[in-house]
Amino acid sequence: MNFGFTEEQELLRSEVRKFLDDQCPMEQVRKIMESESGYSAELWTQLAELGWLGLTIPEEYGGAGLGWVDLVVLLEETGRSLFPSPFISTTLTAAAILEAGNDEQKKAWLPALANGSAIGTLALLEQVDVLSADGITLLAKTDGDDFILTGEKSFVNDAGAATHFVVAFRTGEGAEDLGLAVIERDAEGVNAQSFPGIDQTKRVGSLSLENVRVASDAVLGTAGQAWPLISRLLDRGAIAVTAEMVGAAEGALYMTVQFAKDRIQFGDPIGRYQGVKHPLAEMYVDVESFKSMVYYAAWTIDESPGEAERSVSLAKAYATDAFTRIGIDGVQLHGAVGYTAEYDIQLYLKRSKWARPMFGDADHHYERVASLGGL
Amino acid sequence: MHFNFNEEEEKFRDEVRAFLDENLPEGADRHDPVFLMEWNAKVREKRWVGFSWPKEVGGGGGGIVEQVILKEEMAKRRAPALGTCFMGLAWVGPSIVQYGTEEQKERFIPDILDGKYQWCTGYSEPDYGSDLASLQCKGVLEGDEYVVNGQKIWTSLAMWAEWIILLVRTDPKPAVKHDGITCLLVKMDSPGIERRPIQNMSGGSMFAEVFFNDVRVPVNNRLGAEGQGWQVTISALANERSGIAEVTGMIRKLEELKELARKTNKNGRPATEDTRVRGRIARFEAQIEAMRLNGMRYLTKQLKGEPLSSETSVNKLHRAELEVTMGDFALDLLGSTGHYRAGSDAAVDGGKWQTGALNWPDVVIGGGTPNIQKNIIAERILGLPKD
Ligand SMILES: Cc1cc2nc3c(=O)[nH]c(=O)nc-3n(C[C@H](O)[C@H](O)[C@H](O)COP(=O)(O)OP(=O)(O)OC[C@H]3O[C@@H](n4cnc5c(N)ncnc54)[C@H](O)[C@@H]3O)c2cc1C
Ligand SMILES: Cc1cc2nc3c(=O)[nH]c(=O)nc-3n(C[C@H](O)[C@H](O)[C@H](O)COP(=O)(O)OP(=O)(O)OC[C@H]3O[C@@H](n4cnc5c(N)ncnc54)[C@H](O)[C@@H]3O)c2cc1C
Repeated sequence: MNFGFTEEQELLRSEVRKFLDDQCPMEQVRKIMESESGYSAELWTQLAELGWLGLTIPEEYGGAGLGWVDLVVLLEETGRSLFPSPFISTTLTAAAILEAGNDEQKKAWLPALANGSAIGTLALLEQVDVLSADGITLLAKTDGDDFILTGEKSFVNDAGAATHFVVAFRTGEGAEDLGLAVIERDAEGVNAQSFPGIDQTKRVGSLSLENVRVASDAVLGTAGQAWPLISRLLDRGAIAVTAEMVGAAEGALYMTVQFAKDRIQFGDPIGRYQGVKHPLAEMYVDVESFKSMVYYAAWTIDESPGEAERSVSLAKAYATDAFTRIGIDGVQLHGAVGYTAEYDIQLYLKRSKWARPMFGDADHHYERVASLGGL
Repeated sequence: MHFNFNEEEEKFRDEVRAFLDENLPEGADRHDPVFLMEWNAKVREKRWVGFSWPKEVGGGGGGIVEQVILKEEMAKRRAPALGTCFMGLAWVGPSIVQYGTEEQKERFIPDILDGKYQWCTGYSEPDYGSDLASLQCKGVLEGDEYVVNGQKIWTSLAMWAEWIILLVRTDPKPAVKHDGITCLLVKMDSPGIERRPIQNMSGGSMFAEVFFNDVRVPVNNRLGAEGQGWQVTISALANERSGIAEVTGMIRKLEELKELARKTNKNGRPATEDTRVRGRIARFEAQIEAMRLNGMRYLTKQLKGEPLSSETSVNKLHRAELEVTMGDFALDLLGSTGHYRAGSDAAVDGGKWQTGALNWPDVVIGGGTPNIQKNIIAERILGLPKD
């Protein structure tokens, strides 16, 4: 038994942290988040060169061939830095292609995702927070071997930046008659839009499809049988987001701890008062706890898939409640400056609001835990 | 990162299981005194009592991973405890192993392992609970004896214990209050000791007040050097801390809560169909899983030789919250039937839920309150200024 990171993973962590501290400190984050695209093409290229975009893509397709535990290390650091980029979306796109694509499809898309020339995202759901097959209603017409797709996908992360969309569609009315296809942004009938979001370091938008033709070579796996894959992608999405929540929550905690050491009121650093000290200790307990759960969930994705649903749901549910509280307490303990746009703590609070419903809110995941636990 | 146990560890798990198959058959009455006596003799013979203590003193010389396996398997089968001398095994013994003289080891350790008698712990005083280091019970060296005067309180098992591990102040004016405290091992029937039981709110009476009136304690009953009592205490408390054993108990309790939910109605419908009930149970499950995994992460740190100390407050806080909220949740499920007092025929499950809902101070207050745990985390881990 060894519930810790390897030396290589620790090395990866310090490399990523150093890179983000140097190349994308908070002033830079703010510049990027206010930009039109919401990410820095220059940093994106550098991430590709460092091998981080293709971290979980096998070497034969241009990646580093590492696992989800390694990915968590990276995501914790992008979370800590609030690094704005379509990294999670691209990683999930690669995961979809890797799991369900044939060799030709992998050769066509994975190297481009690893080298940064393609940016991918998932366009799965249409209804608010229905993370089941019912959440997907877009019905495909068939035309010979091709499918014709018309409809609107909501809540598409990084819709503005993506060059490739993994789109879920229906092949029939049945509960699980679902298919997945890769659709390129410049295909006929595709229109992607990005909307200003509550958390400016994340971009969310929509994808509209009008008579978009999907040839059979763009369909991942067997059309009509995609639900298990979609379900796994939703779980991976949940774990990716939660891994960033670990870093972000820890970032918020230590930022507030530092403030509590520096800020003097009533003649003492406010960190001397238990009204400040105790919520900080509670934040620590929560961060430690969902950290353990995220690490374990990532490990189950790699090594013990049978446990993944439960471990993912436990982690996402716990983290969702806890990070929300951390965001609020973080701002509150800063006093009025925490409320100002100038201070960074509020950016972390906004991240907690963004992360709440992402890939299932706490209620959704606790309900799944209850079902899996025999209730 | 991996969660598999190696071949040797798995072999050990098989050994434990085989032992349980043979010695704890289906339906064994865990409260039958004859059965318990035989059980104790057998686990003692296997050297599973004092499992991780050095072989030289009669312990098992086992590693902490194997200890986790042992406790896990024992808890899964609801086996009786390993050994009967609760505090002796939890911290008195480990302290004697670490700080005791050869003579003390020979005198005390075999009896602790054999469960010959109980120990109790004399730390808290009426005026000094959380602020333990300010304790005032006096020890004055006269020739080759300490003369002890003062009072202890909340001393668990004091009415039954034969020995007490006692903290006394030997230097009334030390430079820092943590200095000048000395640890003594005292026979409870020494002349000058008086004990008075205290009843707790659920009707039990497991702790007592203990008064010391010119009690004479031979100097060779001093554990560690004079003035070293604080260090002895701190490392004693650090001895039993991987925190995993408790978690298996919590998992069992959660399963029992689910059972209760299954046989209960809420608003006229099965409680398990109520989304709030489902959500609350799932939240308990998440917190227990957090404790389990925190424990494994801290265990890994220990295995790498990194010392643990204040991290253990993390799970203590989880445990405290769970104990209270799970207790109340059980009462919520029982609704008005929860009013019946434990032991009465009208009480569901003999009233164990009612008792549980009143016994939370055992783990919430005993061993240090939540506020104190939060101070520890804030000051020692986060580096905030001291109170
Ligand atoms: C929206 C808004 C409008 C406002 N409008 C006005 C206005 O019109 N006029 C005006 O004069 N002011 C105004 N204020 C200022 C407001 O009164 C102060 O922000 C408030 O009193 C807190 O002071 P601070 O921001 O300096 O925080 P600090 O005093 O620095 O406190 C920081 C944190 O430490 C905690 N803390 C501080 N001391 C202790 C202690 N002894 N024990 C425990 N915890 C402690 C606080 O609770 C807080 O969580 C406004 C503030 C806001 C947010
Ligand atoms: C079931 C049980 C068994 C016990 N068994 C033993 C035993 O065997 N041997 C033994 O020596 N002791 C034992 N104790 C005593 C236990 O260790 C103390 O009760 C505990 O440390 C708290 O001390 P106190 O009761 O004096 O409370 P106090 O210290 O008076 O605390 C009262 C309240 O004030 C809070 N408080 C105190 N100081 C601070 C601070 N600085 N900051 C914030 N809040 C603070 C506390 O958190 C608590 O909520 C037992 C207690 C219980 C309940």
